[in-house]
Amino acid sequence: MMGRREWIHGWLLLSPALILLFAFTHYPAVVTFWASFFSTPRGKRSAKFVGLENYQTLLTDDKFWQVLYNNLLYAGITIPVSVALALIMALFVNSKLHGRGFVRMTYFAPTVLPLIAVANIWLFFYTPGFGFIDQVRGLWGAGEANWLGNPDTVLGALMVVAVWKEAGFFMIFYLAALQTIPPSLREAAAIEGSSRWTFFRRVTFPLLMPTTLFVSVNAVINSFRLVDHIFVMTEGGPDNASSLLLYYIYEAGFKFWDTAHAATATIALLVLLSVLAIGQFFLVDRKVHYR
Amino acid sequence: MSFMRKVGAGLGAAALSGLMASTAFAVDLQFYFPVAVGGKAATTIQELTDEYAAAHPDVKIDAVYAGSYQDTITKTLTAARGGTPPQLAVILSVDMFTLIDEDVIIPFDDVATTDEDKKWLTSFYPGFMDNSMTDGKTYGIPFQRSTPVMYWNKEAFKEAGLDPELPPATWDEMVEFGKKLTKKDANGTVTQWGLRIPSSGFPYWLFQGLTTENDVILANDAGNKTNFDDPKVVEALNFMVDLSKKHGIMQPGIIEWGATPKAFFERQAAIMWTTTGNLTNVRENAPFDFGVAMLPAHKRRGAPTGGGNFYIFKDSTDEQKAASLDFIKWITAPEQAARWTIATGYVAPSPAAWETQAMIDYVKGFPQALVAREQLEFAVAELATYQNQRVTGILNDALEAAITGTMSAEEALKNAQAEADKVLADYR
Repeated sequence: MMGRREWIHGWLLLSPALILLFAFTHYPAVVTFWASFFSTPRGKRSAKFVGLENYQTLLTDDKFWQVLYNNLLYAGITIPVSVALALIMALFVNSKLHGRGFVRMTYFAPTVLPLIAVANIWLFFYTPGFGFIDQVRGLWGAGEANWLGNPDTVLGALMVVAVWKEAGFFMIFYLAALQTIPPSLREAAAIEGSSRWTFFRRVTFPLLMPTTLFVSVNAVINSFRLVDHIFVMTEGGPDNASSLLLYYIYEAGFKFWDTAHAATATIALLVLLSVLAIGQFFLVDRKVHYR
Repeated sequence: MSFMRKVGAGLGAAALSGLMASTAFAVDLQFYFPVAVGGKAATTIQELTDEYAAAHPDVKIDAVYAGSYQDTITKTLTAARGGTPPQLAVILSVDMFTLIDEDVIIPFDDVATTDEDKKWLTSFYPGFMDNSMTDGKTYGIPFQRSTPVMYWNKEAFKEAGLDPELPPATWDEMVEFGKKLTKKDANGTVTQWGLRIPSSGFPYWLFQGLTTENDVILANDAGNKTNFDDPKVVEALNFMVDLSKKHGIMQPGIIEWGATPKAFFERQAAIMWTTTGNLTNVRENAPFDFGVAMLPAHKRRGAPTGGGNFYIFKDSTDEQKAASLDFIKWITAPEQAARWTIATGYVAPSPAAWETQAMIDYVKGFPQALVAREQLEFAVAELATYQNQRVTGILNDALEAAITGTMSAEEALKNAQAEADKVLADYR
C-alpha cells in the first residue's frame, strides 16, 4: 500500500499542471457552458435563467448558419490544399538543389510573420487599381478586380492568405519526418527498379502518415482558431460573406456585449471541434501506422 | 527592492489610499484614449495631459492609449465589469446608450453643478451635443469630433474641362461631374473613377450623409426606434448603388476605407468622401492641389457628425469625479482645443476655440479647415441606439448586401428594420 507521504508527494507533483489545466481550460469551459443557460446581464438587470432559449436564438439565427457554412467551406478547402502544398514543398527542398537553404527559408518565412502583418501585406496585394495583383493583371490589360469587396470572391481571397501562411509551417514537420526515413529504403527501391512515383506512393507517403495526422489535426484547429486576418482585411464583410465562427463569437461577445449569445456560440464551436478531433483520432489513428 | 517587498509596499499603499480617499490628498486618474487617425494624435494627447499634470501637482493622470475606438470601449467595459473602470475615457459618441445601458457612466449634470459649469455645458456646437445628450442630461463632452466632407482633385477637374474651384453642390451635379471625371483607357478599363464613397466596415456613416440629404432621420432621439425601411432611406440606398451600377462613376463592390486617401493621392478617384480627421493627412500627402467642400445637397444639405466624446465613469470617488471634470474642462477649453484641431484635423467643438489666435492663423493658411465648421450647421446626430453596435451592424450588413447586389435595396432595408425592431423591442 502506498504511504500517505508518497500520496501527498504525488499530488504536489501533479498540482502545477492540474491547477493550470483547471484554471485555464476546464473552469472557463464549465463557466461558459453554465452561462449559456442565462440571459446577458446588462447594467442593473442581472442575468436570469432562461433554459434553452439562447440555443433556440442561436439555431434560428441565419447569420450563425451562414458563418458555420463559411467556416466549413474554409476548413474544407484550406486544410487539404495547405497540407498538400506543404508536402510538395517539403519533398522539393529535401531533394538536392542549389540554394536549398534559401528556398527553405523562403517557404518558411510566412510562418514567422504575425498573421496581422500578413493580412496587411495581402490587403495591399488585393487593393483594387493600384494593388500588387491588379498591377500584374494590368500588364495583360485586365481591368481592376475588387477581390475583398465582392461576396463571391472574398472568402476565396482569405483562403489564399491562410494557405500562404500555413503551408510553410506544415512543411517543417514534413521536412523533419522526411529526414528520418532511412536512405537504405530508397537504395533498396532503386535496386528493385521502382519508379519515383511508386516509391513515394508505397514507401514515403505511408511512412509520413503519422505526420500527416498531426499536421491535419493542427490544420483543423487553426482553421477555426485563426481569424486575425478577418479583423484587418474585411471585418467579416461584405454582408458576413467572410465571417468565420470565432469572429462571430468575438462580435457577439465584445462588440455587441451579448455574452450569453457568445457563450452559446462558443459551446457550438466546442462541440464541433470535439466531434472533429474524436473523428480524427479514433477513426484515422488506427490506419496511420505503417505495418 | 525584492519582489516580496514590492508586493508588500504595494499592498500597504493600496490600503493607505483606501483610507485617504475621503481626505483627498492626491487624486489618481486613469484616462483611456483611442487613436483613430494617423499623425500626431497620441503624442498630442500625451503632451496635453503632461502639461495639465505639471500645472496641477495634486492630480496624477495616467493616460492610456487603448487602441482603436473598438478596442477602447472593449477595454473600458471589460475593466468596468471587473470593478476597475478608468475614471474618464474618450469613446465614440454613439456608444453613449451602450454605456448608459451598462450603467457605468454618470451624467455631467451630476458633477457640473455651479452656474459657471452649467454655462460651460452649453458652450459647444449644438450639432455635436445631439449625440451627447439624452433625456435632457449630458453624458458626453465633445472632444475628437469629426464630420464627413468631400475632397476633390483640382487638377483632375481641370483635365476634365470642369471649373477646378467649383465642387458639385447637388447629387445631380455630382453624377454629372463624375461622368466627366471617369476616365477609361483603350481597353475600356477605368483608370480614374469620378467618385469614391468608401463602404467597408462601417458604411452606415457616409450613407447617413445621403439619407440626411434626402431629408430622413435613421433613428429617434431616445435611441429605441430605427427608421431603416422608410421609402426615403430606400431611395438614398438606390442612389448609392446606382453610382456604380447605373452611372458607372464609382468602383463597384465594397470600397475600402483605409485605402481611400491613397486612392485619391494615386488619382484613382477624383472626388472622395471621407472624414475631416483625414484633413492633415491629405494636406501633407496630396501631390496635387485639392479642395474641400461640404457634402452635396439633395432635398436639403446634411451630414452626420462622428468621433469621440469624454465620459466620466461611475465607479470612482467624488474627488476623482471632480478632478476628471476639471481636466475635461481644461482640455476642451479654447486654447487646448485649437492645438488639438491643428495637430489632427478634428473639428474644434466650441465656437470660442475658433476665435483663438492660433485657430485664426491656422485657418488663414489653410481655409479648407473651415468647411467642417460650416457644415455643422446642417449636421444631424450620428445614428445611435441602444445596443448600438448590433443595430448599426444590422444596417451595415443590409447596405453591403445592396451594394454588392445580393439583395435589392428595399428588401435589404426591410429585413434590417425587422431585425433592429427585434433587438430594440426591450427598450421601448
